[in-house]
Amino acid sequence: MKLNELTIKEAQDGLLSKKFTSVELTQACLEKIKERNKELNAFITVCEESALAEAVRADEILMTGNAQPLTGIPFAVKDAICTAGVRSTGAAKILDNYVPPYNATVIEKIRVQGGVLLGKTNCDAFGHGASNENSMYGPVKNPHDLKKVAGGSSGGAAAAVADNLCIYAIAEDTGGSIRQPASFCGVVGLRPSYGRNSRFGIMPMASSFDTVGPMTKTVEDMATVMKEIAGKDKLDATSVPEPVPDYTKEITQDISGLRIGVPKEYFSAEGMDQEVRKIVEKQIKNLAKTGAEIIPVSLPLTKYALAVYYVLVPSEDSSNLGRLDGVRYGVRAEAKDLFDVYAKSRAQGFPEEVKRRILIGTYALSAGYYDAYYKKAQQVRTLIRQDFDRVFCEVDALIAPTSPFPAFDLGSKANDPIQLYLADIFAAPAGIAGIPAISVPGGQTKNKLPVGIQIMGPRLSEGLVMRIANNIKN
Amino acid sequence: MSLTIEEVRKIAQLARVELTPTEEKRHAETISTVLDFVNTLNEVDTEGVEPTAQVTGLEDVTREDVVKNSAIKKELIKQMPQVSAGLLKVPAVFGDSEDVI
Repeated sequence: MKLNELTIKEAQDGLLSKKFTSVELTQACLEKIKERNKELNAFITVCEESALAEAVRADEILMTGNAQPLTGIPFAVKDAICTAGVRSTGAAKILDNYVPPYNATVIEKIRVQGGVLLGKTNCDAFGHGASNENSMYGPVKNPHDLKKVAGGSSGGAAAAVADNLCIYAIAEDTGGSIRQPASFCGVVGLRPSYGRNSRFGIMPMASSFDTVGPMTKTVEDMATVMKEIAGKDKLDATSVPEPVPDYTKEITQDISGLRIGVPKEYFSAEGMDQEVRKIVEKQIKNLAKTGAEIIPVSLPLTKYALAVYYVLVPSEDSSNLGRLDGVRYGVRAEAKDLFDVYAKSRAQGFPEEVKRRILIGTYALSAGYYDAYYKKAQQVRTLIRQDFDRVFCEVDALIAPTSPFPAFDLGSKANDPIQLYLADIFAAPAGIAGIPAISVPGGQTKNKLPVGIQIMGPRLSEGLVMRIANNIKN
Repeated sequence: MSLTIEEVRKIAQLARVELTPTEEKRHAETISTVLDFVNTLNEVDTEGVEPTAQVTGLEDVTREDVVKNSAIKKELIKQMPQVSAGLLKVPAVFGDSEDVI
């Protein structure tokens, strides 16, 4: 087995027992990136030189015996997350030259341990999309079939983990941006509870929805990374103070006696792929065999989740993206006065979908429309949260497909925003309720495309959803 | 519901995004479709329902209000598109007079 194909656990074991060095591990990933990135377009920036220097330092830490769980392990980071000294574009040309002077808190936690940053992965610009086709650096191809999308918005991170261009990745999930590409590419992706991981240093999309989470090859690796990056951060006032449990222990418990709900609305959506449905149903039967109690439940407001999402998220977006104006950082367009600096920098620096979201949000928040759109959506958001609260009195967790279909053809939904939005129909509700949800590979279609199984749990039940996911065998 | 080209122009001006005529037309069409889609929310009875603005339940999270020296001033200035005498340079806010700092 090649070093870049290892899991975090295997890499840790090899580094600690001196079977190989972090430099060798890093070189293996960099070689794979060189070989595959032209086809996949998973990375926007590759940090060959600094990665090798970081690996040398990590090997020194390993020599002293002070290694921490992520020391010397090469990882990739979604380009919408700030990395000190490494260009972070958010996949939009307005930040083509932006080099953040600081790390996002989650990245800082990994880098101070001696984690090796390989580079920045492609995504839909600022997280706007479900196919990675809204990147101004070109779409990411699915490693399982180069004619298919990798999913989005964290498509580059998903493809990089799936094809062993890195050992793991850190990405961001607002309404499916980690889970849906994880499902399409066949990796593990966790959206933690809102507030569990610090959002400091994440390019904000929708501040009341955004979360940062890992993408890994196994659930065990997921638990390892989460344990290192979760927790309260004084730089993010919305991060929660609850102590971080030892997820690595929690996931080893069996699941007998757990009540797992099957929400019927997640199996009857329009456009639902029958192969996907069968794979999820088979995995539900397997969980029942391991002793879990399977209970049919209903979340009647599921069908309104995307409508809530596409009012509130663009509204928060239009406000958050106001900071990108070509004035203090990023690319400034040639213009005669200040208004034109704003209008032209944004015209040239944003792709179509980013402009669309900003326009929708501006409209929804404008005088005369606020109550009809924004307030109404916030009220339905309350009802969707209550739907989940009620169901979590009956069951411990929920199981559902991550997406109604497997990876689709590049370009096939590019001209119809609504069709593309529907790819997140099962992923958006967890974002609306701020609850944790994981996507774990559950099987493949006849055409060898991966299908993800989604486990959702009550707020701060990351350990539980990972524990159930750990019992799903691909 | 359908959004007119004039309405799109007005929102684009509020949002500080310059659009080409082709973009104006396309956004009018696609945003109208999105608005039709989100209007399904009107089917839901929300009489007396409190709106959700946040999901953590945290309240009054404060920190000490103290001035701290930033060690990254140089790096921040390096990110500025135009600099003059160590300060950010921008075009005139009013009219097209000479650049001001």
